[in-house]
Amino acid sequence: MKRCFHGKKSLCVLLVTALLAMAVLGGCADGTGESSEDNSSKESTVESTQTDSAESGETTGADASGESTEPEGSESGSAEDAASGQETGDRYGGSIVVGVQQDIDSLDPHKATAAGTKEIIFNIFEGLVKPDENGNLINAVASDYTISEDGLVYTFTLRDNVKFHNGNVVTAEDVKYSLERVSGLLDGTPLISTLSTIKSVDILDEKTVQVTVENANTELIYSFVAAIIPAGSGEDETADPIGTGPFSFVSYKPQQGIVLAKNPDYWQEGLPYLDQVEFKIINSADTALLELQGGTIDFYAYLTDSQAQALQGSHQVISSPTNMVQALFLNNAVEPLNDVRVRQAISYALDKESINDFVGGGNGTLLSSAMLPTLKEYYVDLNDTYGTTANVEKAKELMADAGYADGFDMEIAIVSTYEFHMQTGEVIVEQLKEIGINATIKGMENSSWLDEVYNGRQFDATITALTCDMTPGYLMNRFQTESSKNFINFQSAEYDEIYAKAQAALDPDEKAGYYKELQKILCDQAGSVFIQAPANQTAISSKLEGYKFYPVYVQDMSTVYITE
Amino acid sequence: MGRTFREMERTPREEGGSWKDRIPWNKYFLAGLVMTGLALALGILGLFWTPYSTTAMSASEKFDPPSLLHIFGTDNFGRDIFSRVMKGLGTTIGISGLVVLFSGSAGILLGALTGYFGGLADEIVMRVTDAVNGFPSILLTLVIISLLGSGRQNVIISLGIVFVPSYVRIVRSEYLKLRDADYIRRARLLGVKDVRILFVHILPNIFSVFWVSVMIGFNNAILAESGMSYLGIGVQPPEASLGNMLSDAQGYLQAAPWYALSVGLSIVWVVLGFSLFSEGIRRGKCE
Repeated sequence: MKRCFHGKKSLCVLLVTALLAMAVLGGCADGTGESSEDNSSKESTVESTQTDSAESGETTGADASGESTEPEGSESGSAEDAASGQETGDRYGGSIVVGVQQDIDSLDPHKATAAGTKEIIFNIFEGLVKPDENGNLINAVASDYTISEDGLVYTFTLRDNVKFHNGNVVTAEDVKYSLERVSGLLDGTPLISTLSTIKSVDILDEKTVQVTVENANTELIYSFVAAIIPAGSGEDETADPIGTGPFSFVSYKPQQGIVLAKNPDYWQEGLPYLDQVEFKIINSADTALLELQGGTIDFYAYLTDSQAQALQGSHQVISSPTNMVQALFLNNAVEPLNDVRVRQAISYALDKESINDFVGGGNGTLLSSAMLPTLKEYYVDLNDTYGTTANVEKAKELMADAGYADGFDMEIAIVSTYEFHMQTGEVIVEQLKEIGINATIKGMENSSWLDEVYNGRQFDATITALTCDMTPGYLMNRFQTESSKNFINFQSAEYDEIYAKAQAALDPDEKAGYYKELQKILCDQAGSVFIQAPANQTAISSKLEGYKFYPVYVQDMSTVYITE
Repeated sequence: MGRTFREMERTPREEGGSWKDRIPWNKYFLAGLVMTGLALALGILGLFWTPYSTTAMSASEKFDPPSLLHIFGTDNFGRDIFSRVMKGLGTTIGISGLVVLFSGSAGILLGALTGYFGGLADEIVMRVTDAVNGFPSILLTLVIISLLGSGRQNVIISLGIVFVPSYVRIVRSEYLKLRDADYIRRARLLGVKDVRILFVHILPNIFSVFWVSVMIGFNNAILAESGMSYLGIGVQPPEASLGNMLSDAQGYLQAAPWYALSVGLSIVWVVLGFSLFSEGIRRGKCE
């Protein structure tokens, strides 16, 4: 009896302790939340008065550029005209936290390959040219350039007074060094393979650099987005990245994030608005949702459809097409996927429409080859080849032809933090059952996925999305038999031949024709099952304005400002 | 000397009476029995039969709230959550059971030998368990999983390894206590072999202590398995386990609160059931 009473008492004590703990924790959370907000608002007011007084001469300029760069400033647009100085002054200052999905691979802009890194360092580095939100190239470090008739000589004129984050003005020497570094002229190893065609970089005068290339290629100009870094900085960039972008590097903590600060000397007048941008690494989309709701991050660009719906109302949620190609990549070198009939059978068996409905809320753009519809001149719609819904009979027929009427086992490797691909995988496993393929999902960590699957090519199938840039060759390049990026081991002599022709072609129409042929080969040979260009659901805190969507995978923070 | 050798060897436990008298019929035990019984029954049934397919998807039934047709509602792929919970219970309880079986047997073996004999082997095993205990258990499982890869067997292996030290310690301390007990000395004098003393004379007498630690360990294993699947390194979808379902459900807290609730409460149900069950055993016939 005594013991039992004791039991109740301890239960009481436990409950009270729990309540107290919750109260204390809750209080703490509230406290920190408030204080940080206080801080940021103080900072922003201080900064805005500073900019008002110190750069009053520039505010009109800032206003003009601000207006032209933001397409959706509907509410504040007219007010600005009336009281321009005051209003634009208020835009300046503050700091935001941007959630990103993965850690960066290198801070050296020439060595960074992961899309997740490029989207961040877009804010730190700039090339001679850079992409804009419409997918066109605009001049950045260069103020102008000309390409010779035969496509072999590029002449760049440098913009006046572009400064590195260390305060030095960008000189022709810096440009020469950067281009020689990426092209391999410096030490023999090209860091950006497309630029390895550069034969020489010559300084014509202080402001003019001439680049001579081996092979003419109309897509090459897009490669000059390669970052310009100070001459001789080389390996130092990894620890202390110095570029010319709107934000300068402050600190980086592995697995945590990277902090950038405003570059006061940025050449685009009036930009950027924010004092500080922190890119915070959030491994799980679920955590990101909670952080968005809790206000600890202001911006997240990779929401699932249902998460986007949950945030509707509290945040600005915007759906935009991504520049990614999601596919069930099949290893063309392993049994039984080395049989084209099996790959075609899988292509027929997948119901892309229902994948899109289940996983992407129907917002994705269905694809059948490795080309984005946004590259209009080059894209050819091949969705009729296998249909966008399942054709189980045809698939079974092909499986039987190939001698796999009873199906087989297949492992699909997926990086487990990518909710979108994991869910796609679940749907695909279910659909493949229909034709007797017993697929299982193997959830992996990103780095082991890169080691084993992407670089090691030890896999049956994997689901991922490949990012594309603005050149049609970027994705097609990797499916050449000998390409180091050909992780699916796609083999087609015809493909290789036509790819070479496409690269050599100078006439745009002829080039487009070749690229269309390439897409068709890739689709007919069922190199992999290309599913869709997923829609991107971006959540932006309601206090932010001015974000621009790019058709390339970057997060440009320079035009973002805080309205409250 | 009317007694046989077997009678002389009899240990104290065996004089306690029939097993029926030993069941602790208190309210904790009863509540635990009912709760775990129900969970186990559903889990075992789920291995053979579920009301709906656990994998078939249906776009038209996406996120149906709980109703008579789907008593726990449906998930983001239009699958019946109750069916998946049944399957998940089976998976989770099965994995936890195997983990406890594996780590418990290893614990008994190591604990018995080290506790009874002592010496250098004892020293080595204890230092190793110290070392294993030195790591946070979740970190250690993550390390093992990253070496072995994810999936069902590897979850069992890694959790099994991580759980061994706790059993070794408990078993060892009990053996240490009992090895010099009068009845053990007597058995030794009678010339009973060490192996028989270890497993016939001592083992039954540490069972009440061991049983409680098994129950607690079982609960921990359920939570650990759920935790690992939640982190995406345990049971892989589309196979159902309570952990990976909870992880999926988290993304739909607003859109389908019943998803997280029904899965979360199922975990609570099982864990609470086992806790009450072991609490009932520990208290014995107090009430």
